[in-house]
Amino acid sequence: MSALLEVLGVSVTFDGFRAINDLSFSIQPAELRAIIGPNGAGKTTFMDIVTGKTRPDSGRVQFGTPPVDLLRLRESDIAKIGIGRKFQRPTVFEAQTVFDNLSMALKNERSPFAALGYKADRRDIGRIEEIAAEIGLADHLRRLSGELSHGQKQWLEIGMLLAQDPQLLLVDEPAAGMTLGEREHTTDLLVRTAKTRAVIVVEHDMEFVRRLACPVTVLHEGSVLAEGSLSHVTANPDVIEVYLGR
Amino acid sequence: MKNTFLARQPSVIVFILVLAVITLLATVFSEAYGSGLLPTNYVKILGKTLCLCLIAIAMDLVWGYCGILSLGHFAFFGLGGYMIGMWLMYARTEDIVIASMSKAALPPTPGEVRDAIGTQIFGVVGGSDVPVIWSFAHSLPIQLALVVIVPGLLALVFGWLAFRSRVTGVYLSILTQAMTLALSLYLFQNDSGLRGNNGLSGLQNIPGLTDIPQSVISIWFMWGSALALGIGYVFAGWIVSGKFGNVVKAIRDDEARIRFLGYSVEAYKLFIFTITAVIAAIAGAIYYPQAGIVNPAEIAPIASIYLAVWVAIGGRGRLYGAVIGAALVSLLSSWFTGGQAPDLPLGFYTIKWVDWWQVLLGLSFVLVTLFAPRGIAGMFDRLVRKDAA
Amino acid sequence: MLRPILIAALLALAAPHLAHAQDAASPSDTPAASEEILDDAGPAQATAPAPAGPLQAILQAHKDKVAKASRRTVDEVITAVREAGLPQGLTFLERWGDRELWQREEDGLFFFTRKADGQNLTLIDIDTGEEVGTISKGEMNQLKPNSGVRTVIASSLVASQLEDADPARRRQALNALERNADESHLEPLRASIAKEDDPALKARKERLLRVITISFGQTTEDRVEAIRSFSQDLSIDARAALNPLVVTRIGYSEGNPEGVNVARLLTPGKTIAREDAYRLLVDDGKAVAARTRGERKAALEANIEDGTVGGVPVAELSSQEARDRAYSNLVADGKAPAFVTDETMDAELAKYTFYEAYADSNTDVTTAAAETLDSIDQYVGLNRFFSLVLDGISLASIYFLAAIGLAITFGVMGVINMAHGEFIMIGAYTGYVVQQIIPNYTVSIIVALPLAFIIAAAAGIALERLVIRHLASRPLETLLATFGVSIALQQIAKNVFGTQARPLTSPSWLDGAWVINDVVAVSYIRIAIFVLAILFFALLLFVLNRTRLGLEVRAVTQNPRMASSMGINPDRINMLTFALGSGIAGIAGVAIGLFAKVTSELGQAYIVQSFMTVVVGGVGNIWGTLAGATMIGFLQKVIEFFNPSNTLAAQTYMIIFIIIFIQFRPKGIIALKGRAAGD
Repeated sequence: MSALLEVLGVSVTFDGFRAINDLSFSIQPAELRAIIGPNGAGKTTFMDIVTGKTRPDSGRVQFGTPPVDLLRLRESDIAKIGIGRKFQRPTVFEAQTVFDNLSMALKNERSPFAALGYKADRRDIGRIEEIAAEIGLADHLRRLSGELSHGQKQWLEIGMLLAQDPQLLLVDEPAAGMTLGEREHTTDLLVRTAKTRAVIVVEHDMEFVRRLACPVTVLHEGSVLAEGSLSHVTANPDVIEVYLGR
Repeated sequence: MKNTFLARQPSVIVFILVLAVITLLATVFSEAYGSGLLPTNYVKILGKTLCLCLIAIAMDLVWGYCGILSLGHFAFFGLGGYMIGMWLMYARTEDIVIASMSKAALPPTPGEVRDAIGTQIFGVVGGSDVPVIWSFAHSLPIQLALVVIVPGLLALVFGWLAFRSRVTGVYLSILTQAMTLALSLYLFQNDSGLRGNNGLSGLQNIPGLTDIPQSVISIWFMWGSALALGIGYVFAGWIVSGKFGNVVKAIRDDEARIRFLGYSVEAYKLFIFTITAVIAAIAGAIYYPQAGIVNPAEIAPIASIYLAVWVAIGGRGRLYGAVIGAALVSLLSSWFTGGQAPDLPLGFYTIKWVDWWQVLLGLSFVLVTLFAPRGIAGMFDRLVRKDAA
Repeated sequence: MLRPILIAALLALAAPHLAHAQDAASPSDTPAASEEILDDAGPAQATAPAPAGPLQAILQAHKDKVAKASRRTVDEVITAVREAGLPQGLTFLERWGDRELWQREEDGLFFFTRKADGQNLTLIDIDTGEEVGTISKGEMNQLKPNSGVRTVIASSLVASQLEDADPARRRQALNALERNADESHLEPLRASIAKEDDPALKARKERLLRVITISFGQTTEDRVEAIRSFSQDLSIDARAALNPLVVTRIGYSEGNPEGVNVARLLTPGKTIAREDAYRLLVDDGKAVAARTRGERKAALEANIEDGTVGGVPVAELSSQEARDRAYSNLVADGKAPAFVTDETMDAELAKYTFYEAYADSNTDVTTAAAETLDSIDQYVGLNRFFSLVLDGISLASIYFLAAIGLAITFGVMGVINMAHGEFIMIGAYTGYVVQQIIPNYTVSIIVALPLAFIIAAAAGIALERLVIRHLASRPLETLLATFGVSIALQQIAKNVFGTQARPLTSPSWLDGAWVINDVVAVSYIRIAIFVLAILFFALLLFVLNRTRLGLEVRAVTQNPRMASSMGINPDRINMLTFALGSGIAGIAGVAIGLFAKVTSELGQAYIVQSFMTVVVGGVGNIWGTLAGATMIGFLQKVIEFFNPSNTLAAQTYMIIFIIIFIQFRPKGIIALKGRAAGD
């Protein structure tokens, strides 16, 4: 079974600082994976590389079957071929309604001409309402998303990610600012989603990661320190050293 | 779900009504078709102001909605004027030349006519040949097409270069300003083929319609301007109210984020930049026959900055805001600088508005930016309803 | 032709007694006038006593040889006079050569004369220059040495001047020769070189000898050698001597041109216009004159009969073909001169060979001259290029001064200050006002520079505190708000100082230019601005890299959030950098005002170039600004060099180039790397 995303020997340097150092990583088409690591381990930079925001100095990044070289694509094209991303800080379009936010994320033709002629049909509206129900914003579709609470914005962004219908979801700290109930809901959602597609979750909260019950990759100083189940990696002396020792 | 365009842009209906009423009133009081209370001169000012409102809408689309502070849209406006001006000038000169040559002993050859036109038009810059770029000047349909094609193509090429290399923010503004400056400097040259700093003149005389008095023609142009503005407003309203508008606003608010949703920001920016350039060019093509003259000074970078000033004062991100700003500031400007405004005696110093209007405009612009970033329309919005588009 | 040189030389040589000589016989008292009167001989009115000065004595000893001078004998007289070493000897030689020497018939004594009343002449002693009496013209003979004699006299004069003991006189003689020399000076000059002991004068003499040899050298080899020696010489006199040698005229011949020094062959229609070549033939009666289109049209108009011309109805004559047809009919009827068609013209032209020939028939000389001029042109080109580089440096310094303030504020705060140009203007007006108060230009400049810095910096602080601070992280709004400030400031300046340009005069020690050779010269103001730019570059480099302020500024530039979390107050840094940037703009204003007109639009003229400099150079790095200013300055000069008549086009092309440049380096020449630069 070939991997959906294959990252091979990637390195990137910012002004002499090596943010990613010979990193290799791969994930299967229907797999849930958590990435943990201390601050500055390179988690966000890793996501930047996969989504095309940052160009690595060396290495290869391939996606899908047949494999596509992601390093040749622009951000928007990477998103179009099925990689969705949720940012650490919720970034929704605050001047627009929840409905419009979801409608823009909905998987559809992305060209300007298509957008000009676009009219939301029954199927699209149904899909948006379905997602809204899932993320608990069914009653808020007409509200400006800027008026939502922090947690609701998190949900909206997760909703936008679902609306994109990607093959690979990159989720950066989904649980931040959520209540306990909401966290459980998020975990359920991610686990369910990972049945049909690949999901990579970056998270600090160990409790949240434990609940995901999935393989964990530990990053440290830009490369993989350990990989395996959470109990396995937490028993790894190197990991303990990085997290606790000084 | 009520998601139709008029429901999302309620101002369109109000705007069309107001525009119709203004046009009707102007016609009723005009010298040509009505009581004559409104002098032809004022009809022309009204017509020109409507054109400025149209380019302000274009500016609002590109800046207010898409966040690209273009300091170059007046270049497209001027180019539109040049394109139509070429036909106006050539065709009229041709009429005059043929009329005067028909009195000669021998009927003129086409070559002689062309030479005479060349001397007539380009004598002022020391030329006598008709330049290549005037090849189609005899044909109204072709020049009308060029009104759209030339500025559109310039915007397309420039925009493609600029957006492709991800030039954004103030960099892009400066670059558009450089483009405008380059164009105006080019036109200032005598050998640019467009009469250097003399520009194209006598544009108010429409070939073939020389028997019709200006009072009538000015009304026609005023109607034309109103029609163009109306269509432009509806078009802009339609553009910004749909999904396209949502994406464009999203680009303005967070370019990187919309990119990660799979939208090609460059394509959208290029589309909106080019389409607004075309709108600006059309506005210019209607404006300059009413103004009578187009010259490189019109294209100077300062004009485009003023355009941004109008839209900012009116309130960007709202179509009617752009219209209000353009109408108000341009009319006030011509009132103050035209010497009609009464001087303001302070006892120790008399403020002459001809001298101090610019200062007032500059400072009020600073104040609007500081204290009313949404402009007049923003204040208006706050009074009328809470949420805005 | 000799007169001006001689008089100039004499001014140097015989300054003390020249005053008399000039009084006694003004140059207007020409021999021709005297000659005319000479025929009417009248009675003597007074007989002057016989003077007996030393010169007179010498002349009396050679009486016949003076009176009937010939080329063979004159040397003897000259040698005698010169060997006597009398100061009046030179005056004598000069006036003798100018036919101003008279001999009294009665006793054979020599005198200068001046016209007195009636037919009389006033006699002037040749030794003392004093009037010694009056005499009737009839009793005097004017001596008229022939041209051969006069040439000998003249060269002997030159020789004596060139060998004068006083270097100043030798220099003046050289000055005179450089303006006007001929064949006769060749030998005396050559002779004097060996005796010259002043190295500078010697070099000049040698050079002059070569210049004269170009035109008057005796053998072709001499001339060619002299010509070739100038191949690396930029001065005008060398080119002035060479250019007449390569003057050409256009000629033609049947078959190969013979007996002429052909410079190149001409092809009608390519290297010579067909009409021009044909006109040569027409002028010599070898071809029939072609009728121009206008002349043919006039002939048609003159022959309209009953609405037709040559059988063609007038109404049909709206095409050139119809007109040609009608004209041919007229020719056939004998009503119009023949119509030379293009084919006949070509056929006529084909019979002849057209060429450009040198006026000078000496092939070796013309070839050498043409090659040497080419070589000089290349050398001039090289020097022009050098001059261009200097111009580029100078312009780059100006752009650097104008843009560096903008670059600093843009780099640190991410805002473009559209009012930056007006800060430059404020600086220039500060300089102007200071000059109104302090009349001494040197002192006023010294006062104006720091004052301009302070005033512009104060304006900058005010702008930062009142406007820019409140628009933090809204760069486009800042751009527009500062633009509002810009138009307000500009109009205020217009209201206060008027629209006419105000002078900002540079101190006299900055006037003039450093002349390197005839092609390359740099004005001192430009050098001063260059020095100023270097000074500020060094100063800023020091401030940014070696001081606490610089450290904090760099920290804020790279990551404002991080900097503020480390205890750096970004507001303070913003204010200080803004003050610094604006202050430098003020100084730039004074500098620009020294060579440009101070008007309210002064800043406007530089603002776009300043933006370009910042954009091209890259943000947040003064090396970047330096690179940007250098590139823009040089680019503008290079474009102007290729298209000198059209500075507007130069600016257009430059801006287009920059727009394209941005495609390849969107972040400028020297870009910041890393995550901070991305957002």
